[in-house]
Amino acid sequence: MSKPRTYVLVPIDTNTVTAGAREVKNAISAEIGKRGLSEEISVVETAAFGPTNAGVLVAVQPDNVVYANITVANVAEIVEEHFVKGRQCKKFLLAGEKPAIPKASETDARHLQGLGRIVLDNCGVIDPENIKEYIARDGYFALGKAVTEMQPEDVIKLVKDSGLRGRGGAGFNTGLKWSFCAPVKSKEKYVICNADEGEPGTFKDRLIMEGDPHKVIEGMAICAYAIGGTMGFIYIRGEYKLSIQRLQKAISDAREYGFLGRKIFGSKFSFDIEIKIGAGAYVCGEETALIESMEGKRGLPRLKPPFPAVCGFRGKPTNVNNVETLANVAPILRNGAEWFKKFGTAGTPGTKVYTVLGHINRPGLIEVPTGVTLREIIYSYGGGMKSGKFHFAQLGGTAGDIIGEEMLDVPLDYDSMQKVGHVLGSGAILVVNDSIGINDFLDSCMKFFVHESCGNCNPCRNGLKIMKDISARLKEKKAYADDIDGMEEISMILKSAAFCPLGQSPASPIMSSLRYFKDEIKKGLDPKDSKPKTRHTQRELITLTPV
Amino acid sequence: MTVSEIVESRGNCRENLLQILHDIQDSSGDNSIHTEAIDELSRIMGITVADITGTLSFYTMFSMKPRGRHIIRLCDSPPCYIMGSENILDALQKKLGIKIDGTTPDKAFTLETSSCLGTCGVAPAMMIGDEVYGNLTADKVSKIIDSIRKSEGR
Amino acid sequence: MINLTVNNVPVSVEEGTTVLDAAAKAGIKIPTLCHLDGVSSPGSCRVCLVEIKGARTLQPSCVTKVAEGMAVSTNTKLARDARKLSVELMLANHPWDCNACTRNNDCELQSLAKSMGISEVRFPYEREELPIDKSTPALVRDMNKCVLCRRCIGVCQDTQGVGSLAPRLRGFDTIVGAGSGDNLCDAICVQCGQCSAVCPVGAIYEKDSIQDVWKELDNPDKYVVVQTAPAIRAALGECFGLKPGTLVTGKMVTALRRLGFKKVFDTNFTADLTIIEEGTELLTRLKKALVEKAEVALPMFTSCSPGWINYIEYFHPNLLPNLSSCKSPQQMFGALAKTYFAQKEGIDPSKIVVVSIMPCTAKKFECERPEMNSSGFKDVDYVLTTRELGHMITGAGIDFVNLEDGEQDAPMGLSTGAADIFANTGGVMEAALRTVYEIVTGRPLPMEKLHIKPVHGLKGLKETSVTLTDCKPDWKFLEGVTAKVAVAHGLSNAKDACDLVAAGNKHGWHFIEVMCCPGGCIGGGGQPRLTTDEVRKARIKAIYKEDEGRPMRKSHDNPAITAIYKEFLHEPLGHKSHELLHTHYHSKAK
Ligand SMILES: Cc1cc2nc3c(=O)[nH]c(=O)nc-3n(C[C@H](O)[C@H](O)[C@H](O)COP(=O)(O)O)c2cc1C
Ligand code: SF4
Ligand code: SF4
Ligand code: SF4
Ligand code: SF4
Ligand code: SF4
Ligand code: SF4
Ligand code: SF4
Ligand code: SF4
Ligand code: FES
Ligand code: FES
Ligand code: FES
Repeated sequence: MSKPRTYVLVPIDTNTVTAGAREVKNAISAEIGKRGLSEEISVVETAAFGPTNAGVLVAVQPDNVVYANITVANVAEIVEEHFVKGRQCKKFLLAGEKPAIPKASETDARHLQGLGRIVLDNCGVIDPENIKEYIARDGYFALGKAVTEMQPEDVIKLVKDSGLRGRGGAGFNTGLKWSFCAPVKSKEKYVICNADEGEPGTFKDRLIMEGDPHKVIEGMAICAYAIGGTMGFIYIRGEYKLSIQRLQKAISDAREYGFLGRKIFGSKFSFDIEIKIGAGAYVCGEETALIESMEGKRGLPRLKPPFPAVCGFRGKPTNVNNVETLANVAPILRNGAEWFKKFGTAGTPGTKVYTVLGHINRPGLIEVPTGVTLREIIYSYGGGMKSGKFHFAQLGGTAGDIIGEEMLDVPLDYDSMQKVGHVLGSGAILVVNDSIGINDFLDSCMKFFVHESCGNCNPCRNGLKIMKDISARLKEKKAYADDIDGMEEISMILKSAAFCPLGQSPASPIMSSLRYFKDEIKKGLDPKDSKPKTRHTQRELITLTPV
Repeated sequence: MTVSEIVESRGNCRENLLQILHDIQDSSGDNSIHTEAIDELSRIMGITVADITGTLSFYTMFSMKPRGRHIIRLCDSPPCYIMGSENILDALQKKLGIKIDGTTPDKAFTLETSSCLGTCGVAPAMMIGDEVYGNLTADKVSKIIDSIRKSEGR
Repeated sequence: MINLTVNNVPVSVEEGTTVLDAAAKAGIKIPTLCHLDGVSSPGSCRVCLVEIKGARTLQPSCVTKVAEGMAVSTNTKLARDARKLSVELMLANHPWDCNACTRNNDCELQSLAKSMGISEVRFPYEREELPIDKSTPALVRDMNKCVLCRRCIGVCQDTQGVGSLAPRLRGFDTIVGAGSGDNLCDAICVQCGQCSAVCPVGAIYEKDSIQDVWKELDNPDKYVVVQTAPAIRAALGECFGLKPGTLVTGKMVTALRRLGFKKVFDTNFTADLTIIEEGTELLTRLKKALVEKAEVALPMFTSCSPGWINYIEYFHPNLLPNLSSCKSPQQMFGALAKTYFAQKEGIDPSKIVVVSIMPCTAKKFECERPEMNSSGFKDVDYVLTTRELGHMITGAGIDFVNLEDGEQDAPMGLSTGAADIFANTGGVMEAALRTVYEIVTGRPLPMEKLHIKPVHGLKGLKETSVTLTDCKPDWKFLEGVTAKVAVAHGLSNAKDACDLVAAGNKHGWHFIEVMCCPGGCIGGGGQPRLTTDEVRKARIKAIYKEDEGRPMRKSHDNPAITAIYKEFLHEPLGHKSHELLHTHYHSKAK
């Protein structure tokens, strides 16, 4: 069979399937077959590569054309126009410009990477369920190199040198993290991939797992080789059915090809991976709560120390990394630390996968070098505001900071953000227009926290509830005069008093919105200040009684 | 599958408890975990009843209350909220004639709200069973419910 | 040793010490709530937060271990504010009704609030009121008052190995759940009340019988007698501010008389009787095994602790044949009060009301058991815990601390030192061996002050042996036999003993004493709060002192016991004994 000249890529992911992507793909195959073009044109199932609310997407490569909102009824027309007549079918083109190729720090390495992607380079390009396509794009080359040519220490050093920082939120140097676990002596040592992804607005890990599951598996195996891991686990949220299915297939294919299992690449290194499924609890994304949950218990964060690197899953040394972090590992091993550092900023090398959403024209997934500004993301990648005027954005999910217009030009990397008193977080960028009031939004955030607090520690359990009551009053414009102070006081003390980062983090949205929008927040106060002087319980009205 | 068959197939070990609970719930017929099943699980696995109950009640995907055949989980986290999830909730409540956590009299649907489902790209979003539905509007919601009803032959 | 500073005061402590303890050594008291030594330390109330130089957030001192060069400050503004806010937040979600609360003036949350100068809770808080759980005979649970310290869960799960309780739901909905239902009766619970003993607030407490007892005392038709368990006298004083380990036997008797009880008797009397019955039962079983070579259940377990009875019924029903058939001393007393005493004094037994003062909540459950009506009436009518008696005495305006000493009434108030030591772990064993050894050999137990040291102390599972030589003619079959005995207290230790016995009794034990509560009855679920190991030791010391100060220290020397056999029971394990003093229990395994 001759090599096809053209590829038609249909992303099959959680979003597009419901829009009928499978049916569209089948219709295209049938149509192409009918016209006798099967030899030249190959129809491939792939995964999401960017836009998320444009229905079924159909990409044509190498023509670099993306059609959006395609239904079975459109298929004949597209095939006729594009493949038979050879001209683009304008009315189906993805709205706005195509996702632009990043222009920041144009380097040679960028061009090597095609779209400038490290993590998502295969997403939307290969069939994620076909291990051969991953191998064809140098897949498992890095693992082979590591276990046959490198010492574990060298792997750790390389990752450390690359400056890769954890993409799960905290931004801790990944190589350094591995170096804590590596020297701990133990018969069993575990590598856990944190795929719980519960932070509202974040779905990058899902798209990585759906689009390129082998990259995550390869990253885990390399990590295990580096730290002496004997077994790997992917803790994934129960809602991610397609990810689970694709990971499962990828793991068994990798086993079949000898990339997992005993004596990998003929070396002494043996490693395998199991999938563990969560059951609905955001806090289980916190690594020690995740470990508790993996042990079949309530997902309560553990006291630290001891840290998981010393005493984690089953009481054994354990390294936990985020999906995106692990997906960076194989490319780094393949191309070297220097290559990686050419991307992004000095303090946070590499790229960052963002999910951009809210009131913008092109919500979706992008991978850009660190250091790109929010303005660039909103107006070039996101296609600008869809309606209304920019009001504020929230970075890093609900636990992240709310920022006003004046912060749009700060480069997005861990250090620059810290300098202006903000954190980068998990990679969600939520853009909100002036149709949503800040108090409405804060109330929605507090609702999330109250629902997701594990309830283990008193300040978070009770403090969040009180803050939620306050935010509800602000939303209703019925807040008492001292409510804003109360909310500020509680959130600030929680920041240092709560047991785990979940309880510490509501301070981020609250304090940052007070920084930019205090006047607007104050509009939620009830001018009459009807704060009850008595404490109402259902039992009776009980006057405050000093003990 | 019976409780003991489920435990057998997953392995009688605390680590597998969440998966076992998922299986028990899936095979319960009413999307819930019954107290009898907890008692039996306690006997088989040697975990106290209080502990099993405490564990399952921690996770939102489990329920001890009988639920409908289809569980609607509407996301109400901020990204869906700003795209209008409250209107969708109203539409669902009206369409189904039930409130949050209610079940329709024909036991077809239970309506729940949920934290982020990880499909915010198509906000506002919901899941019905394992299926994701995005870019919801009141109209779309109504059609989705009708089509599920129709596929069930009711 | 580790060197650190607390508020700039240098201290050296051993490795593994908590910051809390190190601070105490430096003379600085940090408030605590969830932390209870040896029970639970979830580090979750955040009332003990301190600042540690270099740490990103405040650290809970109760669980943070010291490190070399650590600089701890307890008094910075942030730490003070955080601790105070922690308490304030807890109070916001709390029914603020101390006046009508069983824990008023005996409440850790209340004292915390007071010590921090909190006189106002600034934050309104709305939550649905939860129904109060009164489903079991012994305990009440009011989860509206729970502060989720999880002490009850720790004690029930780890110390007692029962696990009736566990955290349920999450976030601000979290409650302490019982079994899979809403009420404690839905759970397997042995009613030991240890949960109520460790609760810092009024969220778990005993079911109040005070009003019932007053009603009986006020009824001129009734003849109300009272018995006091051995463990009360070493703890009751704590209800009135006396130091743990203060013996108040005489004051207790006077107070009871002033409350209006017609006779002030003593459970010690039936404790002595238990020794005679149970000792004889043990010797009979040994004889059957050694002489008749018959199938007989050995080792034999003691049966005077109702919490333990519940436990074996639920968890080890196969070992029920090994349980002594003796009822507990409280129930023997009830049965005899309404038969022997009634006959002797010519009182209509239907008019007699038996009130027990017990260190125990399980005894409230026990007196309701169907097995406990052998006098033809309910043998024991009401059980009051030590704490309830304290409340009653205070409520009656009795100045307890300054009372003169009184003495118990004859005959059912007479007892020996052997009965006193029933109150603590190892005591029943020691008392039994004092009698059994002497019956078999004709000589007193050859130990200093009659104490069997290896079974003293708070080790969970203790064992020892006594070799029998120069036996009297009747007991020649025991010549040279080494009697092996074990003692367990706290049900998780009882579980270990049961497992060893079920697995073939490799230690060759003949007799095992089990007390449900850690430390025995002196650490019972109805004792004044808080029972720490220090308090246990102090109470035990007092009990041994009481024993040593007695003219008679062996049960078989008690003349009232000799008399009751002569006048009424005729012989140990005889027909009357079987009818009134023995019973059989049944499996409750689920
Ligand atoms: C409440 C909470 C939720 C979290 N959720 C996630 C998550 O969903 N995925 C994730 O990778 N990390 C999550 N984290 C961060 C993890 O605790 C941990 O830092 C991360 O998995 C480490 O991986 P990294 O070093 O590769 O970033 C969460 C943390 C907290 C406190
Ligand atoms: S801060 Fe909140 S989520 Fe974290 S342990 Fe405390 S209660 Fe749980
Ligand atoms: S302390 Fe006394 S006066 Fe004050 S509220 Fe209480 S009962 Fe009333
Ligand atoms: S909450 Fe627990 S850890 Fe904190 S001070 Fe209180 S007892 Fe100690
Ligand atoms: S538990 Fe304590 S603080 Fe609460 S009402 Fe009772 S006495 Fe007052
Ligand atoms: S009474 Fe004893 S067994 Fe029952 S819940 Fe309390 S501690 Fe557990
Ligand atoms: S019931 Fe009492 S002991 Fe148990 S968690 Fe609540 S406050 Fe603590
Ligand atoms: S051991 Fe306990 S139950 Fe037995 S008599 Fe003594 S106090 Fe009463
Ligand atoms: S040890 Fe004593 S206080 Fe505890 S249950 Fe037994 S008899 Fe009651
Ligand atoms: S076998 Fe692993 S926890 Fe039970
Ligand atoms: S916020 Fe609704 S799916 Fe993520
Ligand atoms: S006493 Fe230390 S956290 Fe509760």
